[in-house]
Amino acid sequence: MFELLANHAKLMKFFLASDEITGRKKLQKMIYILKKCEIPFEEKYEFHFYGPYSEELTLRVEELCNLGFISEVKEKKSNYFQYRYKMTSQGEDFLNHSQVDLPVMDEKIALMKEKSSRFLELVSTMLYFDHLSKQEVEEKIQAVKKKQNYNEQDLQEAWDFISDLKVKH
Amino acid sequence: MMSYKDEQLSEEKVFKDPVHRYVHVKDQVIWDLIGTPEFQRLRRVKQLGTTYLTFHGAEHSRFNHSLGVYEIVRRILLNFENRPNWNNEERLLCLCAALLHDLGHGPFSHSFEKVFKLDHEDFTRKIVLGDTHVKQILLKVSDDFPQKVADVINKTYEDKLVVSLISSQIDADRMDYLQRDAYFTGVSYGHFDMERILRVMRPMEDQVVIKASGMHAVEDYIMSRYQMYWQVYFHPVTRSAEVILSKILHRAKYLYENNYEFALKPTHFLSFFKGDVKLDDYIRLDEPVVLYYFQMWADEEDSILSDLCVRFSNRHLFKYIEFNPNLQMQEWMELYSLFKDVGIDPEYYLVVDSSSDLPYDFYRPGEEEERLPIHLLMPNQELQELSRLSDVVESISGKKRTDHKLYFPQDFIEALPDDSKEKARIFEILFN
Repeated sequence: MFELLANHAKLMKFFLASDEITGRKKLQKMIYILKKCEIPFEEKYEFHFYGPYSEELTLRVEELCNLGFISEVKEKKSNYFQYRYKMTSQGEDFLNHSQVDLPVMDEKIALMKEKSSRFLELVSTMLYFDHLSKQEVEEKIQAVKKKQNYNEQDLQEAWDFISDLKVKH
Repeated sequence: MMSYKDEQLSEEKVFKDPVHRYVHVKDQVIWDLIGTPEFQRLRRVKQLGTTYLTFHGAEHSRFNHSLGVYEIVRRILLNFENRPNWNNEERLLCLCAALLHDLGHGPFSHSFEKVFKLDHEDFTRKIVLGDTHVKQILLKVSDDFPQKVADVINKTYEDKLVVSLISSQIDADRMDYLQRDAYFTGVSYGHFDMERILRVMRPMEDQVVIKASGMHAVEDYIMSRYQMYWQVYFHPVTRSAEVILSKILHRAKYLYENNYEFALKPTHFLSFFKGDVKLDDYIRLDEPVVLYYFQMWADEEDSILSDLCVRFSNRHLFKYIEFNPNLQMQEWMELYSLFKDVGIDPEYYLVVDSSSDLPYDFYRPGEEEERLPIHLLMPNQELQELSRLSDVVESISGKKRTDHKLYFPQDFIEALPDDSKEKARIFEILFN
């Protein structure tokens, strides 16, 4: 049968596999990194001030919240707000009707969840420039991410992380 | 001898423009870029795609808009001259990026990108960096100039202030299209005091900010953006036309993949169907060419392709109802089966369209650094995010409005025999 809301269903698979996601920025970067690992999410990304960002993803997540398929909790932090997302029982029902099939991504998700959004911003930005050589990527990071002050150790950790991700499921 | 980048026309050229009154050109580089075939092609791509089927005035092109964005950036830079944080060496780069930012848009961009999995930004990059007239002109400025222009358009240029002029939450691109789209659609919202905004824009280290005294002009801009999204860009009738357009492209691709013999060989579409679109193929396929094929396909033997093309050409669009995929999942599944039973292919004639299928962006405060918000420059030189100070903006930027609509050909259903049980049930589900 033709799939109803196939792209929404793919995101729901992600929320199912990740249990809970803390932070909109983290969510944005995780989906981008999974896309770059050949998980066929279809949200269109563009480069923004804080790295790859998808307005389409933001809207789709809003739709999932409004439909009651995922819950969103807004928490006040010292000088900003943070959002937490989790699948609801209605979301599980929706997913039970879905035939969308995605490659296994549990290990990749678990790896990313352990990392900070700042680190995932670095990784996703490096992946955005993956058509360049390693040295060119590092030069580009220093050029477009001056304020984040990523040092050599951060860059090496990100390269190792990317290698790790590629072999995980 | 004066270098090409500094060359000025002996006499300033002006384009009459209904939104900005005049677009002024003095730089030889800009004049030469406007004359390239790649830029002239933008005359044959409408700015608002299928919106002209809803608002008949909306026939303006990406050519009009691109000149408009260039003109706004030109005016912003006049105001930036000699201000702290602004390096006037970047002037020509800003003007070229503004002029060329939409160069890669194809016909009915949105549907084409979705169906054929393309990205107009890739094509902009290819036109700026490939074997094109545009590239030849940019190269005359300097060897690295084409790459710099591509980086600014791609938002990966190292000077973020330069990028923010063309791409941020209050940029020249949006300021032009909101006013231009309002003018050509004829709607009364979409207007704001741009002159005032330009006067209160200030260059900072890595973004353009707005003097706090200009907050009310920015509020107006945010409101107009909000109104235009709901009243023009998300208009359900335009979405119906987009649905049909996408289905035509899907059907034509499907037929090609299944060795269907087209009466008219779809020469211009072949590389799109094969998923290997070269730059030359892309540039050749503009909107008049697409509309020519639609007219020819209206006479094709395949009844689905023919019907969809007739609908599009004659504005015989699908009807729609509000649809909640959560509460109405069972009904949707039943409708799907009923459509099949009565011989109406649900894959083409029963379509759920979500607001996220048209990703126009609303103002978002960027609370967790997902994206950079609009910042106001306070008298003490501190920066404050707009929605923290403006109740108007706060009230609409936090508001979530999403919807889903179900599109279907009501005429097909009405044409079913009156004694058909399926017909009665379809009507019951759709209209009760």
